[in-house]
Amino acid sequence: MATQVVMPKLSPTMEEGQVARWLKKEGDKVSMGEPIAEIDTDKATMEMQALSAGVLRKVLVQEGESAPLGQPIAIIGEPDEDISALLKSEPAPAKEAPANEEAPAKEEAPAKEDAPAKEEAAAQPETTPESEAAPAGEQKKAAPQPEIAREVQTDGKRPNGGRMLVSPIAARMAAESGVDLNSVKGSGPSGRIVKRDIEEAMKAPQAASPGATPKLSLVRPMAVPAGQPGATYGPSAYRDEPMSEMRRTIAKRLVTSLGPVPHFFLTTEIEMDRAADMRQQINTLYPDAKVSINDVIIKVAAVALIQHPQVNASFQDKTVRHYEHADIGVAVATENGLITPIVRAADVKSLLDIATEVRELAGRARSRKLKPEEYMGATFSISNLGMFGIDEFTAVINPPEAAILAVGAMKPKPIVREDQIEIHQMMRVTMSCDHRVVDGAVGAQFLQTFKQILENPLYLFLG
Amino acid sequence: MAVITMRDALNDALREELARDPNVFLMGEEVAEYQGAYKVTRGLLQEFGAKRVIDTPITELGFAGLGVGAAMVGLRPIIEFMTFNFSILAADQMVNSAAKMLYMSGGQYKIPIVFRGPGGSAYQVSSQHSQALESWYAFFPGLKVVMPSTPADAKGLLKSAIRDDDPVIFIEQERMYGMKGEVPEDEDFTIPLGVADVKREGTDATIVARSLMVPTALKAAEELEKEGISCEVIDPRTIRPLDIDTIITSVQKTNRVVVAEESHPFCGVSAEITAEIQERAFDYLDAPVKRVSGVDVPMPYAKNLERLAIPDVPQIVAAVREVAYV
Repeated sequence: MATQVVMPKLSPTMEEGQVARWLKKEGDKVSMGEPIAEIDTDKATMEMQALSAGVLRKVLVQEGESAPLGQPIAIIGEPDEDISALLKSEPAPAKEAPANEEAPAKEEAPAKEDAPAKEEAAAQPETTPESEAAPAGEQKKAAPQPEIAREVQTDGKRPNGGRMLVSPIAARMAAESGVDLNSVKGSGPSGRIVKRDIEEAMKAPQAASPGATPKLSLVRPMAVPAGQPGATYGPSAYRDEPMSEMRRTIAKRLVTSLGPVPHFFLTTEIEMDRAADMRQQINTLYPDAKVSINDVIIKVAAVALIQHPQVNASFQDKTVRHYEHADIGVAVATENGLITPIVRAADVKSLLDIATEVRELAGRARSRKLKPEEYMGATFSISNLGMFGIDEFTAVINPPEAAILAVGAMKPKPIVREDQIEIHQMMRVTMSCDHRVVDGAVGAQFLQTFKQILENPLYLFLG
Repeated sequence: MAVITMRDALNDALREELARDPNVFLMGEEVAEYQGAYKVTRGLLQEFGAKRVIDTPITELGFAGLGVGAAMVGLRPIIEFMTFNFSILAADQMVNSAAKMLYMSGGQYKIPIVFRGPGGSAYQVSSQHSQALESWYAFFPGLKVVMPSTPADAKGLLKSAIRDDDPVIFIEQERMYGMKGEVPEDEDFTIPLGVADVKREGTDATIVARSLMVPTALKAAEELEKEGISCEVIDPRTIRPLDIDTIITSVQKTNRVVVAEESHPFCGVSAEITAEIQERAFDYLDAPVKRVSGVDVPMPYAKNLERLAIPDVPQIVAAVREVAYV
C-alpha cells in the first residue's frame, strides 16, 4: 500500500526542512530504513530514512525546495499501484507535527498489537508524522515492525529522528578543538560520537581552518570568458544558489543582532613596496597611463574576488547570488555626496584599462553625468581615504554587496623582520563584511589572497 | 615481609592492638574457647585472658548493645559477628545507638567500637548466610564502613579501625580468609580510613572494585591487557568515608568506568559511586558508567546457580569492552 513520506523533525528547533538532495530517483526501489534523501535543517544536513519499503513513486518536493514539518514530500508504494488518491490528498498541516513528541506516539501505540512495539514507537518519534499523514487504515502497515526499527537504530546512522549521540567528553573536546560534530561519524553504539572519533577528527587536516595559509591558486573557479581588450561589459552575470537552511538561520540571527546588514570588520596591513614600484615602472613606460595605487588595488581585489567567489556575492531574499565577474564600485567623493561608479569586470581588464576607466568615471561622477547603470549594481566596493591621510577606517557596506574594502594611506613604517628593523611602505586595509553571506574565515582567506597578490604583484601576470 | 593469610593478618592486628591498649577487648560468639568460628581469634584467649576475649551467648542485639555501652564509658570493644548476616539482629544497636550517640549526646560520648566479621558470599550457605550488607551500613551517617581486599590492607585497616573514635563496620569477605599476601610486621603499620588504593595503574578504563571483586578485577585487567586495553583498578577500601577524589582522578584519566561489586545492584554502593562520578566528572565520561553487580535475587543454594549470582572475570571483561567500545 502506498504511503506518503513527510518532512521529518530532525532537530528540536526545526520548523521546516529543505530537500538538499534526493538519494533515490522516482522509480528506484527503497527498503525500510534506507536513506532516501538529505534534508537541510536549521542546524545540519541529515539523512532521512525510508519508513516503508517499495518504490519511490513520486517526488513531491524537489531538491532545493523547502517544506514545513509533516508535509508530504514523496510517495512510496508498489510499482504499479494507483497513487492518485495520495497525490490529491491534502497535505498534513504543519501544526499537526508533534510538538510533544511523546503524545502522538501514545495514540499510535494501540494500533499495534505487540507490547515491544509500544516502546519502539516511543523511542522513535519520527515514525509518527508519517503514520499521521497516511490515510486511516494504512497506519498499521506504515508503522515499522519492531525488529526492523531496531536495525535502523543501530546501523551507525543517527537514530531517534537524527538526534546526535555524543559522549560528554567527546562533546567537550569537540567544543574545545573546534571539530564540527556534524562532520564526525560516531563509532560508539548507535553511532555515538566518542573520544576516539574526535581524536581521529583532530588528526585529520581541517578543510578550511582559518589559520592555514591558502595556497594561492590562479585557477579560476568559475568559467570566465577571456577579456577582450576594449570590450565593454554590462553588469556581471550571476548564478543564484538556493540558500541553505543554515545560511538562512545565520542571516536571521545576525540581522536581529546588528541591523539589516550585520557587519563585521577585518583589518590587515600590507607591504606596498613592490606594488608601488610596479606602478612607478608602468608609469615610466606609459607616461600617459597615470596608473594610481588605487587602480592596482582595484585590479588585485578583482582577481582575489574571482578566487573567493563567496565574497563576490550578495544576500538575496532566498538565495545567495554569486557573480561571474568582479564589478568593482569605486567610492568617489563629490560636492553632492558619495557616489560609487563601477568598473565592470575588473578581473579581466588590464591595469591600463582600469586606470583610464576610473579616471573617466570619476570625472563624470564629479560633474554628475553618470548614468544609473554606471553606479548601480557593483559586486564589491573599494573606498580609499589614503589621500586624506587616513591610516585606517571602516566603510559601510553598500547593499546588496557583501563587502567593502576601506583603504588607508600608504606610508613608510618601521617593520621588524628577522630581528632587524626595516622601513617599508605599509598600508592598512579594513574589509567590512556582510555576515549573512561572508563568514569570518571566508573573509580572512580573501584578504590573505588580496594581500599576497598586492605584496607580490607579479602574481597578476601569472593568471 | 612475611607472606601470610588474611586470617592471620587480622589475627596479628587484633593481637597487636589488644597488647597496645588495655581498653581494647574482644567479644562475640565462639571467639574465645573455640578460637573463632573462622579462626581469626586463634590464641587470643590464651594470650590475653577471659576478661579481654569474651565468649557470648547467641544474643547479637545484647552483646552489640553491651559493646556500645562499654564504648560510652571509655573502653574500645571489638564485636565479632560470626557472620555479618547475624548483625541484622543487632542492627538497632548499631544504627540507632552506635551511629547516633555522638550526635545525640552533643559530642559527649564517643563510640570507639568495631563491629567485625565475615560478610558477602560464602560457599553454598544460601540466602540467609550469604549476603553483602555494606550498603545498609554505609547509608547511616555516623558509621564508617571498611572492606579490605588484601591481607596487608586487612591488617592496616583493622588497626586503624580499632584506634578510631567512631563506630566502624569492618566486613571481611568470607571467601578471602585463606588469601595470602605480603604483610608488614611493623606494629605501627596502619592504613588510614577513607583513602583508596590504586591496585593497578592503567589508561583506558577504570574498574572500581572492593573486597572480593578486587582480585577478580585484577584478573580481568590482566586478560584485557592482552587485548590492548589498559585498566586501572581502584579499591576504595573504605566504603564510608568514600575516597571519591581518587576515583574521579582516575576517571578523568581513563574516561570510562566499570563499578564491580558482589552485592545487589539496587541502591547499592555502586549506585552511589556512579552518581558521584556523573556529578563530578560528567564532562570526562566517554561512555555511560557500567555496573557489574551480584544478581538481584536472594543468593541461591545450588552451587551452579550460586556461581552465576556472583560477578566473575568474564563479566568484568565484557563490561570493560562495552565501555571501551570494542
